Amino acid sequence: MLSFVRKTLLLGLAVVAGATASHAADPSAEPVRIGEINSYARLGAFTEPYRKGWELAVQQINAAGGVLGGRPLEVISRDDNASPADALRAAGELLNRHQVDLLAGTFLSNVGLAVSDFAAHNKVLFVAAEPLTDAMIWEKGNHYTFRLRPSTYMQTAMLVAQAKDLPVTRWATVAPNYEYGQSAVRVFKTLMSEARPDVEFVAEQWPALFKLDAGATVAALEAAQPEAIFNVTFSADLGKFVREGTTRGLFEGREVVSLLSGEPEYLEPLGAETPAGWLVTGYPVAQIDTPEHRAFVEAYQAAYGELPKMGSMVGYNTFVSIAAMLDAAGDTDTETMIAALEGLEVKTPLGPITWRESDHQSTMGAWVGRLEVKDGAGRMADWSYVPGEAVLPPASAVEALRPSGQ
Amino acid sequence: MDLGFLVIQFLNGLASASSLFLVAAGLSLIFGVGRIVNFAHGSLFMLGAYLTVALVPAVGFWAAVLLAPPLVALIGGLIERLILRPIAGAPELFQLLATFGVSLMVADVVILVWGAADIVGPRAPGLDGAVSVLGKAVPLYDLMLIAVGPAVLGGLWLLLTRTRAGLLVRAAAEDRDMVDALGRDPKRLFSGVFMLGALLAGLGGALAVPRETLHSGLDLQVIVEAFAVVVVGGMGSVGGAYGAAVLIGLVHAFGIVWFPEATLVLTFLVMALVLMLRPHGLFGARAGLPAATGGAAVAPPLTGVGRLGGGLWLLAALGLLAAPLLLGAYGLDVLAEMLILAAFAASLQWLTGVAGIVSFGHAAFFGLGGYAAALMVHHLGWGMIPALLAGSAAAALAGALLGRVGGRLSGVYLAMLSLAFAELLHAVAFQWVGLTGGDNGLIGLWPPAWAADPRAYYGLTLLLAGGAVAGLAGLAFTPHGRALRALRDHPVRAAALGLDVAGLRRRAMVLAGAVAGLAGGLFVFLKGSVFPGVLGVAMSVDALVMMLLGGLHALGGALLGAAAYQGLFVAAATLTDHWRLVLGGLIVLLVVALPGGLGSLGRRLRGRSA
Repeated sequence: MLSFVRKTLLLGLAVVAGATASHAADPSAEPVRIGEINSYARLGAFTEPYRKGWELAVQQINAAGGVLGGRPLEVISRDDNASPADALRAAGELLNRHQVDLLAGTFLSNVGLAVSDFAAHNKVLFVAAEPLTDAMIWEKGNHYTFRLRPSTYMQTAMLVAQAKDLPVTRWATVAPNYEYGQSAVRVFKTLMSEARPDVEFVAEQWPALFKLDAGATVAALEAAQPEAIFNVTFSADLGKFVREGTTRGLFEGREVVSLLSGEPEYLEPLGAETPAGWLVTGYPVAQIDTPEHRAFVEAYQAAYGELPKMGSMVGYNTFVSIAAMLDAAGDTDTETMIAALEGLEVKTPLGPITWRESDHQSTMGAWVGRLEVKDGAGRMADWSYVPGEAVLPPASAVEALRPSGQ
Repeated sequence: MDLGFLVIQFLNGLASASSLFLVAAGLSLIFGVGRIVNFAHGSLFMLGAYLTVALVPAVGFWAAVLLAPPLVALIGGLIERLILRPIAGAPELFQLLATFGVSLMVADVVILVWGAADIVGPRAPGLDGAVSVLGKAVPLYDLMLIAVGPAVLGGLWLLLTRTRAGLLVRAAAEDRDMVDALGRDPKRLFSGVFMLGALLAGLGGALAVPRETLHSGLDLQVIVEAFAVVVVGGMGSVGGAYGAAVLIGLVHAFGIVWFPEATLVLTFLVMALVLMLRPHGLFGARAGLPAATGGAAVAPPLTGVGRLGGGLWLLAALGLLAAPLLLGAYGLDVLAEMLILAAFAASLQWLTGVAGIVSFGHAAFFGLGGYAAALMVHHLGWGMIPALLAGSAAAALAGALLGRVGGRLSGVYLAMLSLAFAELLHAVAFQWVGLTGGDNGLIGLWPPAWAADPRAYYGLTLLLAGGAVAGLAGLAFTPHGRALRALRDHPVRAAALGLDVAGLRRRAMVLAGAVAGLAGGLFVFLKGSVFPGVLGVAMSVDALVMMLLGGLHALGGALLGAAAYQGLFVAAATLTDHWRLVLGGLIVLLVVALPGGLGSLGRRLRGRSA
């Protein structure tokens, strides 16, 4: 219901914008249809900001004249119930019933992989927004799939670049026991051992996803007496881990390096309990002061009355990229669109990004910094933006990672 | 490993045990008196937690902890009065279905009221610090929790053994009809017990606030663990629930030390082990636990469908045959999925409706069939048809295994063992990335060229899945089907007639496994991929819901149930993000209006008793 009201409002905004701007998209022109799939019902904490992001992008694009010389973008959005099987049914509906020109979206890695395989099987373009798994573009990569968000490998590599200079050698890891956690720990150990042959890993904890037994896990980590901890837990597990770890003094005198914890989605719930000093990847949304980013934040706040989150940026950049690709391609033929997106440079609120031809990964980066508590809320300090180019392997290296003939 | 660390892990285990116990105690009481497996119990826990967080700003933490549980008890009372009481006469599984509908609705209501973002709850004032025990920090709050468990246990023990109400509760748990005969209204008694159970779940949720991150998935997370505790302790035994909670809490705390990768499976390994050694749990009573399908209630005799019904089924069959001419790729895709789910539901109906064996983990067979087929293709390069057969065979084998291991178990205990079995398989699929691809699954498993056209694959599905549904319906009328129905309604008499009860039950599980496994394999090639979700709790629940919507004893009802559930889901999910609220509400309405399932509609229309 709420979303209906909001959509109507946005539509209203678009109409008003259309009336004032002489070059708005021609509503009578055949729209370019994009089939969009995400876990709105089950993972609203992440996908709501994402939806707001892409809705803002679509509204701005259409108000500014649409794509392909006046055709509006039309997004048909479906919920995937956080299940690959349901996502595949939705993809089938979008493609076969609504004849969409391309597919976009997804948050969970398994849903993203399922849709990417569907795209290859049905020879349709898929622009994946949020899934993190490296398999998406490397081991399971295919000709039809592109991915925007910096991957598990990229974000881990950004952390290693700084963690390798820390004066510690005894590391412990804690990660949810499934593909994401296992990949992150594997990459971290490999890259750390390469950069610092003297480090040793003294303990590993593998809590089941969203079933972290925080007290016992914290006690087991503490018993191994590490000098530093690499944390991959997130969301509900992160909240429990931080609270128990703080109460039991686990983080005192120890370095903690943590994936994604600086993203507003994960940081906001922690509030005043944000663990100061953690080295994290994230998005210091309120502190980035470039003209492009300011414009994005102002438009977002005008539309929704709140600050964007990481998902908002991802949703916005996904659809801005799609529009740029369509204009570069000139039509909606799948092969033409793929050729246009390969190597395309797109202007985004965080600066220009490039969609790599070699592995179809965008060079969107992330911010790395230390957590601090200010005015009862967590935020990132001493942060810097690490562009994707800085951590992605060169084209020659990724070709060996991808299946042949893709 | 130093002593201090062992002591700390012991305390950690006890603190977790208290949390688990509060939820499990209520679940156990409700089952003991009402024979209801309350799927909404995790939702009541979640409401307790959210209401506490909502009340804290107004009244402070400790007052909120005291106020939220009575509110949850009131909500529980409403659920009992408005939904469970009107269907008190229906087979007990329907009450499970109704509470499942409630849990769907609560999950969405929580998102609507409190938002989807995680909430890290407030700390407990006065107990937010830690004390040093043997040089290690232990949160004060944990020490309080450790005391709360035994205190609540003591209170419940006094209530049950020293008060008149408690006496009646125990009497009702032994023999509900006798309480009725003694002039006590068992409805009011059950109402009270349900509210008490809700109160305990609410208290569990309220006390979990300083240790949990609140999110709308808490309900499912809690309910599965609580089921395990209740079963290990013995259904209906409050003391057993505490013992089991301590056992599982300690297994977790020390499991983390020695098997950090295996935390997901430990609970269910304990549960499977306990059930194999003690078929009624650690402290469960041997007697007084009739089968969950209805105990004394005997299912209506099977009849033919009549001329009108026959005509309608013929029409449906013609429709399914003509579908490739009428529908596009997407329509055939949805229809094929519906047929596969119907075969899955029909296999459960064979087990439950015909043979009287309840399974809460039927996804084990479906998923095993799917994974076996997928692994044959992925690792060994087999073709689709041999892979489908291998999947079916693997699931049949699992049925035989479960039948042998669980042969001594009755009713709900076997249902729970099957749940443990499914959860173990799910953990393997989720965590053994090398074999199964883990959460990322196995992809690229599309049908070969001859079946790649949606019409061809639909035809194959219609032949195999549709054939399985029709075959099972026909088999129910054969002597074998009659023998199964005999032992479902009265195992003792069936045995006296010379029927091999144990052997028949095993054969039923093998057949159900084979059909569910075939359906799982077909599902994999329909989707071109397989993910751990096919082994998950949600998949098992889907099978139960489809079977019950169609009607427990209505042959072919699985087809109706699958069509209704799948249709409602696709329609609701296409229309709104809050499809769980819509779907849950519709399930509750359907259960209350049609306790015999959709398949009983015809019988009702014809004026016969349902």
